[in-house]
Amino acid sequence: MPTTSLSLSVTPLLAGILGLADDALILGHRLSEWCGHAPMLEEDIALANIALDCVGQARSFYAYAAEVAGEGLAEDDFAYRREAGQYRNCLLVEQPNGDFAGTIVRQVLFSAFIDPYYRALTASRDTTLAAIAAKAEKETAYHLRHSGEWLIRLGDGTEESHQRARTALDELWSYTGEMFEVDAAEAALIEAGTLPDPRSLRAEFDATIDHILREATLARPAGGWMQSGGRAGRHSEHLGFILADLQYLQRAHPGATW
Amino acid sequence: MPEQKIPLWEVFIRSRNGLAHKHVGSLHAADAAMALQAARDVYTRRGEGLSLWVVPSAAIVASDPADKDVLFEPTASKIYRHPTFYEVPDEVGHM
Repeated sequence: MPTTSLSLSVTPLLAGILGLADDALILGHRLSEWCGHAPMLEEDIALANIALDCVGQARSFYAYAAEVAGEGLAEDDFAYRREAGQYRNCLLVEQPNGDFAGTIVRQVLFSAFIDPYYRALTASRDTTLAAIAAKAEKETAYHLRHSGEWLIRLGDGTEESHQRARTALDELWSYTGEMFEVDAAEAALIEAGTLPDPRSLRAEFDATIDHILREATLARPAGGWMQSGGRAGRHSEHLGFILADLQYLQRAHPGATW
Repeated sequence: MPEQKIPLWEVFIRSRNGLAHKHVGSLHAADAAMALQAARDVYTRRGEGLSLWVVPSAAIVASDPADKDVLFEPTASKIYRHPTFYEVPDEVGHM
């Protein structure tokens, strides 16, 4: 495998697949950073489990991307040979872990979106995407349950845990809008029945979040201005550092295996 | 939260239909719902089970190891309690 970055002609379908793949890979990588550092052994294993679910989902999507792109590419080429500007993940998943409350809030916000999204994707006219979604949805349903139960306990726990959960929620809320954005290329895929329309999932997302926040005695932040740009390759500075970690080995020793 | 304030739970897994739940270990969790999730995450990562029980360790009443002789030794001489004095006809097969 060469060290050079891929130069891809990204069709709308490939862009859609890579958005899903990149969300899963980058969130999985972030969660894997907790391995050996979580507040208790039980949660260390739980977060590593979720990370592995995410990386597994990313692999399925990248394998399909490789099939769609042709040119003899494989799943690893997409993970290891694209630069930050070629990544299409939403900004939420690349945000740093912060404290435990920050990680849990990020997980709740993403899971409350991606779980109904995958459920809708199971009805895709694209049978490969539908099959990947059917497997992934069982995993994301658990991620939502696990992180939701934690957020309820942090919000409704001690003064300090409530404050930390509230701070994280206020900081991360502005990254939620991007998950529901649709560009022209995605609109065509939605029209064709390949991808679900994320805007149609907004009511379910809001209901899920409101239910959890009510139990957690946390207030939902006001709408306000929303961050945007990840889907178009305009990322926060954090993604470059993630990719430096993630890609170092393959960039330095192309094709290395063990 | 200091670890000593997080209750201990015992975990039981039923691996297949028709079998009993078996004790597999313990874990710390703040409450029953979190204990069940932790049990799933810690003890069923390799397809070990179809059903989980978690029980507060404090709810288990245990025999005193010092009573071992009184409780268990008398059975050692009562070999007639083992069903080993029957001829099982071959036709019965596995039982």
